[in-house]
Amino acid sequence: MTLREIIALLDAEVLNAEADIDCNVPCAFASDLISDILMCTKEPTLLLTGLTNNQVVRLSDMIDLIAIIFVRGKRPLQDVIEMAEERGLPIITTKMTLYRSSGLLFNAGLRSCKI
Amino acid sequence: MQACEAAKYNMADYWNIVPGMENALKECFSRAAEAEVTLEFVIPEKDFNNAGKGSSEVKNLLKRLGVDSEVLRRIAVASYEAEINVAAHSIGGKMTSLIYDDMIHIKFEDSGPGIGDIAQAMVPGYSTADDLVREFGFGAGLGLPNIQRNSDALHISSEAGEPTLVEFLIFFA
Repeated sequence: MTLREIIALLDAEVLNAEADIDCNVPCAFASDLISDILMCTKEPTLLLTGLTNNQVVRLSDMIDLIAIIFVRGKRPLQDVIEMAEERGLPIITTKMTLYRSSGLLFNAGLRSCKI
Repeated sequence: MQACEAAKYNMADYWNIVPGMENALKECFSRAAEAEVTLEFVIPEKDFNNAGKGSSEVKNLLKRLGVDSEVLRRIAVASYEAEINVAAHSIGGKMTSLIYDDMIHIKFEDSGPGIGDIAQAMVPGYSTADDLVREFGFGAGLGLPNIQRNSDALHISSEAGEPTLVEFLIFFA
C-alpha cells in the first residue's frame, strides 16, 4: 500500500507539502506512549499516534518511521513540523480516531509491525 | 593497550548477560582494546526539548560506520530509553559512549535520587513518572524493560538516595 492510498482512505491532510507520499508502506503501529512505540525495532513502520510533541519526531532518529499520522484532528506546533521537514519525514493529520484509523487500514490489508 | 573498560569487572557477577552471548563477551574481554571513539553528553533534569539528542548523534555516527540497521535501532532505543530515564527521573547526569570495533558500551550516570527497588522497576508497566513526564507520552513503564530486551549485557546499580549507574553492551554482529 502506498502512503498516498493511506491518506485517501483516512481522508487525511499532509502537513509538510514537500514530503514524498508515493513511498510503499508495508506495516503500521499505533500508540500514544513513547516506550510502546520504541518496541518497533525489527522493521521500518508507519506510526499512528495522538502525541504531537517534539519527542515523537525525535523517535524517528531511533527507529525507522516511514511517516507519522496524527489522529483525532491533532496538529503539532510549527517547530515540530520543521523538525519533520529536516528529516524528510511525512507528517499527516486525520480527524478520525486512533481506533477507526487503525481498523480501516487493517481491513485494507495493512499488517501490524513486527515487534 | 589495555583490555576494554567493560572487562575490568568480574563478568558473571557484574553483567546481566543475554543467554548465548557469554562466549562473545568472554572473547571480547580477553582482547586488548581501547575505545576507538568516546562521546560524552550532559543530560539536564527534565529538559525534554533536548533529551534524546545524544542517542541520535551516537546512532548517526554508527550509521556512518556501516552498522546494520536493525542493530542500530536496538542501540538507539536502549540508549534513548536510558537518556530519557536520566532526564525524567534524576536531578541530571551524563552519558558516555565507548565505541569499539565490534561493539558499543554506553554508560549513564546520574546524581540521584536513585531507584529504591530495581526488580520492581524492571516489571513492564510499572512507572513512577510524574504528570509532566507523562504529558510527553513517557511513563509507559517500559524504559528499563526496553533497555534489557535490546542489549546483550546490562548492569544497573542504584539504591534510594544514591546515584544510579546504568550501562550496557551491544555487539554490532
